[in-house]
Amino acid sequence: MSEPLLRLGGLGKSFGTNLVFSGVDLDVMPGDRIAILGASGSGKSTLLRCINALETPDEGLVEINGTPLLKADGKGRLRSTERDLCALRQRVGMVFQQFNLFPHMTVAGNVAEGLVTVRGMSSGKALERAQAELERVGLGDKGDAYPSRLSGGQKQRVAIARALAMDPEILLFDEPTSALDPALVGEVLGVIEQLANEGRTMILVTHEIGFAYHVATRVVFVAEHGIYETGTPEEVLKHPARPLTQQFLADHQRFQF
Amino acid sequence: MTYHWNFASVFDNWWALAIGLAGTLKLFAVCLVFGMTLGLFVALGRRSHRRWLRWLSTFFVEFFRNTPVLVQILWFYYALPILAPIEISPFMAAILGISLNSAAYAAEIYRGGIQSIEPGQWEAARAIGMTGAQTLRRIVLPQAIRRIIPALTNRGVEIFKMSTLASVVAYVELMQQGKLIASLNFNPLEVYTVIAAIFLIILYPIVRVTYAVERRLARSD
Repeated sequence: MSEPLLRLGGLGKSFGTNLVFSGVDLDVMPGDRIAILGASGSGKSTLLRCINALETPDEGLVEINGTPLLKADGKGRLRSTERDLCALRQRVGMVFQQFNLFPHMTVAGNVAEGLVTVRGMSSGKALERAQAELERVGLGDKGDAYPSRLSGGQKQRVAIARALAMDPEILLFDEPTSALDPALVGEVLGVIEQLANEGRTMILVTHEIGFAYHVATRVVFVAEHGIYETGTPEEVLKHPARPLTQQFLADHQRFQF
Repeated sequence: MTYHWNFASVFDNWWALAIGLAGTLKLFAVCLVFGMTLGLFVALGRRSHRRWLRWLSTFFVEFFRNTPVLVQILWFYYALPILAPIEISPFMAAILGISLNSAAYAAEIYRGGIQSIEPGQWEAARAIGMTGAQTLRRIVLPQAIRRIIPALTNRGVEIFKMSTLASVVAYVELMQQGKLIASLNFNPLEVYTVIAAIFLIILYPIVRVTYAVERRLARSD
């Protein structure tokens, strides 16, 4: 049994007196594709955002390859320096629901930004690399455009290219298709599927249950302030063992035809 | 009643106005750079994690925003040398009064601009491993400044016009020279008309340039 690539240990988070989750343990092995499902407000996005410290967990730790890069002191403060957090975030790429592209930079500039500013790469080399990443997501001809000229689906593919440019070991997707027109969902899921086929490690918060079933290696259902049920997509999505999971899936299947 | 305008008595003293204009431009340039730069740091201070720095920056803004520039210039010129063992030139007193006041206003403009940037922009920059300072410099400020150019232009125009207040401590700028010419030739109407015209002629093209900058920066929208 190899070492987990990412390990969450006893992760907990509250907003004020409102407990979101506590005691979350999760081991992510290289090549794992974990889909996190759960009702709105169940804390699945907050959990994802704790992994790269966009939210500060109250307790617990995040380890990559056995090195704890994020440690909470139990009082809502991190025992990590900014340098640790930047190192963590370079190894964990993230794609947001609202894309969050930098509107004042071209598409290629968006993808090259981390390489230039964080890695200190020359801008010529970085733009070359950016072009390669854009081609990978099927937007090789859009490098000089500004984000405002792109469709939602194209924006999200640029955001994926931006995350990939940093060579992350793990990719986090926070509801990557929830802000898209239904007609544009497919192109983004297609790119994520392609990354899955390349064997990339990823954690995906999604409402696309069908996609989770086909692409994930493991499904985590979040409810009652923690991981409520977990297993293979077959187990959790086809034969859920616990009532809240069954209820959630039944609600989702209500209007299928 | 017909008034016979006599501009010849003003233009005969063009060299005095030219010296005044040079003084005005010098004061404007120094106050613009100093005021706008200090304003940015004060704005960042108001967003700091350190409580004492936030408190100090807020005090600075409220103090200089809520006291008249004219009084500040006079105070720096007459009162400061008594309280501290330093000699202050009229130029220095004018720079302090105008710059610190402008910094206070500019700080609020910068702060508003920075706050108007969506949290998602910070998050996206942090998520690729950028530090807070890098995020501010590369992602947040370029977008914020684009949004606040009209407000900063206002500030710049205001600084240019506030330079006339320096005449109160006899700093040699347009207003001071105008007063001199008017008192020698008894022609205040012509003198102050010309001075107003000089301000308009210089400021209007500058404002047009900022419009062009605004348009250029908006090309990504």
